[in-house]
Amino acid sequence: MHAQPAKPVPPPDAGDTAVGATPPEEPAGRVVLDARDISRALTRIAHEILERNKGAADLVLLGIPTGGVPLARRVAERIAIVEERPVAVGSLDVTMYRDDLRMRPPRALLPTEIPAGGIDDKVVVLVDDVLFSGRTIRAALDAMNDVGRPRAVRLAVLVDRGHRDLPIRADFVGKNLPTALDETVRVRLGEIDGADDVTISGGAA
Amino acid sequence: MNRHLLSAGDLTRDDAELVLRTAEELRSLADRPIKKLPALRGRTVVNLFFEDSTRTRISFEAAAKRLSADVINFAAKGSSLSKGESLKDTALTLEAMGADAIVVRHSASGAPHRLAHTGWTRSSVINAGDGTHEHPTQALLDAFTMWRHLAPGGAGKSGGGLDGRRIAVVGDVLHSRVARSNALLLRTLGAEVTLVAPPTLLPVGVEGWDVETSYDLDSVLPKADAVMMLRVQRERMSDAYFPTVREYSRRYGLDSRRMGLLQEHALVMHPGPMVRGMEITADVADSSRSVIVEQVTNGVAVRMAVLYLLLAGSSEPTLTTSDPGASE
Repeated sequence: MHAQPAKPVPPPDAGDTAVGATPPEEPAGRVVLDARDISRALTRIAHEILERNKGAADLVLLGIPTGGVPLARRVAERIAIVEERPVAVGSLDVTMYRDDLRMRPPRALLPTEIPAGGIDDKVVVLVDDVLFSGRTIRAALDAMNDVGRPRAVRLAVLVDRGHRDLPIRADFVGKNLPTALDETVRVRLGEIDGADDVTISGGAA
Repeated sequence: MNRHLLSAGDLTRDDAELVLRTAEELRSLADRPIKKLPALRGRTVVNLFFEDSTRTRISFEAAAKRLSADVINFAAKGSSLSKGESLKDTALTLEAMGADAIVVRHSASGAPHRLAHTGWTRSSVINAGDGTHEHPTQALLDAFTMWRHLAPGGAGKSGGGLDGRRIAVVGDVLHSRVARSNALLLRTLGAEVTLVAPPTLLPVGVEGWDVETSYDLDSVLPKADAVMMLRVQRERMSDAYFPTVREYSRRYGLDSRRMGLLQEHALVMHPGPMVRGMEITADVADSSRSVIVEQVTNGVAVRMAVLYLLLAGSSEPTLTTSDPGASE
């Protein structure tokens, strides 16, 4: 056997695989949205999507892993209740399409599940937890290009924290959250983290 | 993951499971209209094959192309390799051409290791079979195939995959790099491995492999969750290891009677190429338990996973403290 080089440790960030539900810990930092706020925001987004789309016809919700996936499911549930019919929901992993792929250690891939009907000629609503630089959404648009050709693509996010690097804008926003660049916005969701909340931490303040 | 993949023994359990999980995601690509991902755009993968191997080379080529890498095939026949160029000069040439990864198959055990650790090239080196030593991507695709079928909850998403599963590896263990790599990797993943072969075809030092051995196939089959038949590598045999083909088949070949001894869920596997009628009969190879064709499909997904994990990211380990929210 030969000497092995040190194993690179992937940075713990939101793009990593979340495994199971970890016990809910006390939120670090200032809580800006609690569970009820999140629930109300998602209900409003569901209605806004239906209003804009004039119903649930041809709608496909695609969550961006990991945070966007449970959010997309929750919005889909709310739409299903209002429209009394199920709405297609899936997930879209953008790891391979990231522009910073080469600058970081390789990341684990996350599930991509395209609903059975596909996305051709559908109205796809991308769902993510936090809109920040816009680079994830750019990657998602590229990833979608390889899956099919939707009639239209919309963007729904729980939190828009500003500081865009690219000309990308959300169509449906849970909460606009003015932040400083050095602050961290963290979205926790019951399905992944065992509790629902959005917190801001760090920064000079 | 290390920068190279030389031996299945270099993989930790975490590494191996990362490869399998990644392969699971990549496998779904085959169902999409555009079977291509941009992860390795602008990277060059060289297939350096000193030994003939159509299936492994094609599998690596398909894997690299589906990740958008540029592929250069460098086969021994009809190249400077057949004119007596040394491994070192070949490596220096490939380095000068800017290869990011070299997939190497060589008849000499240890050739990929030499390529990786002598400073001739900065490329990642992937062992695609060296002599009678190792063939780690074959072991990974075999483990992946077992994992998809045998792991609780299907497709092994729950982790824990092969713990306690019993795998029988049958046949020409002595000349098989597949057997060695499989034994190492399956042990890492928690499976129990039994090597079944005539005494003449078990390697010296097999006691150190942390596996069980047996000379009697019939007693091993009823307990096995998967049985992997190995090809009898007559081209590597300089001696008489068994009296006749017929006697070998009778004692160590998998026929329909022996298949009847297997449990309901047990898999029949073969790394290929098969010699029908020798180690496996045609009806067994074509039966519903046989996952031999699926192994080939899985091979592309696993090799994509390996290329992706070795090449897609930065080679420099970045700091564990990531910049806040950069992934959003």
